[in-house]
Amino acid sequence: MSNSGSACNGQPSQAPSLSNLPGHGQPLWLLAELTYKCPLQCPYCANPVDFASKTGELSTAEWIDVFTQARELGAAQLGFSGGEPLVRQDLIELIREARNLGYYSNLITSGVGLNERKIADFREAGLDHIQVSFQAADPEVNNLLAGSEKAFKQKLAMAREVKAQGYPMVLNFVTHRHNVDQIDRIIELCVELKADYVELATCQYYGWAYENRNDLLPTRAQLERAERITNEYRDRLAAEGNPIKIIFVTPDYYEERPKGCMNGWGQVFLTVTPDGTALPCHSARMLPIEFPNVREQSIEAIWNQSNGFNHFRGYEWMKEPCASCDEKEKDFGGCRCQAFMMTGDANNTDPVCSKSPNHGMIIQAREEAELPSHKEPIYRNERNSKVFCKG
Amino acid sequence: MSSADQTAAITLESVPALNRMFRFQWEKAQDCYVLLYPEGMVKLNGPAGEVLALVDGRRTVADIILTLQAKFPDAEGIDRDILDFLGDAREQLWISL
Repeated sequence: MSNSGSACNGQPSQAPSLSNLPGHGQPLWLLAELTYKCPLQCPYCANPVDFASKTGELSTAEWIDVFTQARELGAAQLGFSGGEPLVRQDLIELIREARNLGYYSNLITSGVGLNERKIADFREAGLDHIQVSFQAADPEVNNLLAGSEKAFKQKLAMAREVKAQGYPMVLNFVTHRHNVDQIDRIIELCVELKADYVELATCQYYGWAYENRNDLLPTRAQLERAERITNEYRDRLAAEGNPIKIIFVTPDYYEERPKGCMNGWGQVFLTVTPDGTALPCHSARMLPIEFPNVREQSIEAIWNQSNGFNHFRGYEWMKEPCASCDEKEKDFGGCRCQAFMMTGDANNTDPVCSKSPNHGMIIQAREEAELPSHKEPIYRNERNSKVFCKG
Repeated sequence: MSSADQTAAITLESVPALNRMFRFQWEKAQDCYVLLYPEGMVKLNGPAGEVLALVDGRRTVADIILTLQAKFPDAEGIDRDILDFLGDAREQLWISL
């Protein structure tokens, strides 16, 4: 899937918050990563770098069972993701079943492999929303990053078709140092496509994106410029009566306090990977924690009782400076994956926090972004993944 | 949609319709009506849910008021509340009028 981090990146203000309830919330958001297979090779992909070692995808019946159980526990939003979910031949069957169960279903796709007929068939089966992700407004940058010659043209055609067939039009642009300077062209393109909602999400550094951070992290000046231009467009479009909503997500690397990742561990989000591993967020697989599998346990047991989901619930696990911090109920100490990747201990404070003794690592990354030369990106493909599998 | 549409007076003859961005349904697990939209959900309070349950692109504002007055005969000033809510709902882009 694209690294927009739907989960981490902060959602519209109406997104449900259950942090005030005792215990833990319901898994309102089910992200079904149907497959790790993908025709693109985006260097900022959030999939695990060793995805090539994960085999044995869940069957159609197993997925339907997961959807049914999660719906019983309160899940209302269902995201079909991957990899590229269109690779699954049974996608239409899964869409139909999701609709029967009462889900609002979202197809999160690169648009590669989509066509007019499929868009219509999915609509008929009950799909609510198709999110086509773009790499940039410029075909060259887009194609370079996606590792495909034809990708941009295809995405554009599919975005137009999605709108024409009556779906809400939500566009997602993952921004980074190579495309953030084109923010004006990105917004123009969204207006031209008559998007209802645009997410300009700065790439987050997990999975492949962490490996390629040096090549992706924009400079502070780039970000400030992009945010200023976005605000100017917002004002102008609102004055013209254009109902388009533009969300600009700042990367946490330029913040002094961490994000309240996933609205809290095991509070709202449930990700199921292609092989049935259940995770509290789509990056958590990297952590040295044993996560349950839907083939072995019920969703109810996974959500309410498993060690994996209870691991970072509450505040008992916290170390200083989080444990005595008066902001811990707001940000939950930040992102566990980021703490683990950068410091080697998932219980540490997220280094994004200026109170963290490891905050220097974030400052160093910002300083490196200012340097003139950058590493070549490693593309997300089977061959490169096998290198990570060997470790 | 122009900005004028969003501020025009709501009349009793207006026919509100849910915008296509949203799906309205009862959520058993939340014990309330909700609006679902791409990757999000709005939980509606009791009165908001009662009004939106009658917004179907066919009923007029007058129909909605009459129906709810009949359902809640003791609620005073319900017509004003309904008009205010429909104005708010339009501002949120949940409905068109």
